[in-house]
Amino acid sequence: MTHHVVTRTRTGTIAGIAAVALMVLGLVLPAFASRALIQDLFTILTLLTLAQLWNLLAGYGGLVSVGQQAFVGIGAYAMFAGVILWGIDPVLAIPLGGLAALVLAVPTAFFAFRLQGAYFAIGTWVIAEVTRLLVAQWKALGGGTGTSLPREATSDIIGVEAIRALFGLREAAARDVLAYWLALALAALTIAAIYWLLRNRLGLALAAVRDNTEAAKSVGVDARRIKWAVFLIAAFVTGLTGALIYVQTARISPDAAFSVTDWTAYVIFIVVIGGIGRIEGPIIGVIVFYILQSTLADFGAWYLLTLGVIAISVMLFAPRGLWGLLSARTGLHLFPVQRRLITAGPDHGPSMTKGEKEP
Amino acid sequence: MIWIDTIVQGILLGGLYALFAAGLSLVFGIMRLVNLAHGDMIIFAAFAILLITGSVGLNPFLAALIAAPLMFGLGWALQRFVLNRVLGKDILPPLLVTFGLSVALQNGLLEAFSADSQRIPAGPLESASVDLGIVTVGWMPLLTFATAIAVIIGLNQIFYRTALGRAFRATSDDPVTASLMGIAPKGIFAIATGLAMVVVTIAALYLGMRANFDPSIGPARLIYAFEAVIIGGLGSLWGTLAGGIIIGVAQTMGAAINPEWQILAGHIAFLIVLLIRPRGLFPRAVD
Repeated sequence: MTHHVVTRTRTGTIAGIAAVALMVLGLVLPAFASRALIQDLFTILTLLTLAQLWNLLAGYGGLVSVGQQAFVGIGAYAMFAGVILWGIDPVLAIPLGGLAALVLAVPTAFFAFRLQGAYFAIGTWVIAEVTRLLVAQWKALGGGTGTSLPREATSDIIGVEAIRALFGLREAAARDVLAYWLALALAALTIAAIYWLLRNRLGLALAAVRDNTEAAKSVGVDARRIKWAVFLIAAFVTGLTGALIYVQTARISPDAAFSVTDWTAYVIFIVVIGGIGRIEGPIIGVIVFYILQSTLADFGAWYLLTLGVIAISVMLFAPRGLWGLLSARTGLHLFPVQRRLITAGPDHGPSMTKGEKEP
Repeated sequence: MIWIDTIVQGILLGGLYALFAAGLSLVFGIMRLVNLAHGDMIIFAAFAILLITGSVGLNPFLAALIAAPLMFGLGWALQRFVLNRVLGKDILPPLLVTFGLSVALQNGLLEAFSADSQRIPAGPLESASVDLGIVTVGWMPLLTFATAIAVIIGLNQIFYRTALGRAFRATSDDPVTASLMGIAPKGIFAIATGLAMVVVTIAALYLGMRANFDPSIGPARLIYAFEAVIIGGLGSLWGTLAGGIIIGVAQTMGAAINPEWQILAGHIAFLIVLLIRPRGLFPRAVD
């Protein structure tokens, strides 16, 4: 008799094929979509990336950070510094954003990991505030009022000329297409990487640490190292996303780049409404978020009021979010991470035993 | 001489922060609930007081006296019908619910009162000052500081001299054992949140009389309040006052060096204290 552990399911395979098809559709979309749609999709994709990363931190790592805007902001500012101070192409300056966020994440983690639970949440928030106030002192990048990417830097971004020629677009629209493609790639890579991570040894260790740190340690999981790894990875990609967002915006200020509402509150709502601790959650969440935003956009403050109330109701009545509700009813897992034991014996043939339940 | 003045102003400012923080400290100490909407509740109460003074023409102190029982009721109901349902071992659900509440409150206030800056009129008290020989201080900061001390003494009296306080402490230490002794933790929690909202009303009164406020400033007050609570240590109200004073003095000293550094200096003082003592200066309860 041989045993092996699998996570693959038929639904998962179908979902995988659908995801590839969606990616191809996403790639060719600029050929026939309007500029407004491309811009909306850019926003959705960047929010989705941020939501997946926050979900990785809070839903899988148990690290409830309210300070992820620190990494969005520092990433965006590093990109601006690369362009304005050193004359790097904005797109090529995006990795600087990831690096800067990584550098900031080391002291942040060193400090915040001394704190537990609620203290951790507040500690990360304070660090984000400190970063915002320090960046506001950076006079070369506009200080408290902010600055814009210079005209000469945005006029010849790598690849924009080719996109102009390909789709026959104006320069500004071509820049949006480029930003959209980058956002699509970043979102897809982030989801793929998180999925890969969760099916891996590290993912199992991560879930173990989240569910019971002491028990995880007792079976040899190095809880501290895992939390560090997750925090640094999330910070790095959050920094990249921040830089990308501000390549498209081309205008920055400390209040906008370090906004707790835009980069953490929205993101938390997306994860909570969709379903925390699931890869599907942020995807559903971002769709709901977008629908709400487009229907309530004309009502100003009512929109955020509604969002807040929905988040409270979801937490009260469906703590696992919309996807959790759906999944509990149908048993559907688009990104299966559940490990099942397959026993293949010489005379029994393959048989399946029900494995651990999804957390 | 200027430094003595700066430090005295900082200590008095710390009184205001301690008022912001006392309600938070109470709720946090008893049920480990992190209320991310605390700052917005202060602003909400400030608007309530403003509304009462504006419509009835009452003195702000009397208006706060009317607002306090209303706030107690709101706090009690919030805890009873919403927050009690999400309290548990996992800190995430209450954190997210109060976060949702914070955003909903902020935008509800924005919709109701617009983004205009408001102020609770306090008459001649606003600018009156007293000469203490070495330094001259405003009556308003002095009154704020005295109120903060009075609130803390009052809360400590409730905590250590009454049956309710005994129930608070017992539930704080161990809710399961407390419930074996005939205490209903959920009812105790509801009263505690109600009481915290009374303190919030007092904080709102001074916030509104001392400075302009608008619906968006809640989260910044929340951060100062949290810093004061964490510096002071879980469950220690005098510690919270000490925390408020540390933040206040750091802010006024930072501002004396460079006006842009005021808020930064407060945050950095918080980070330094936490780096040296991760559980705060005077922790009473064990988290």
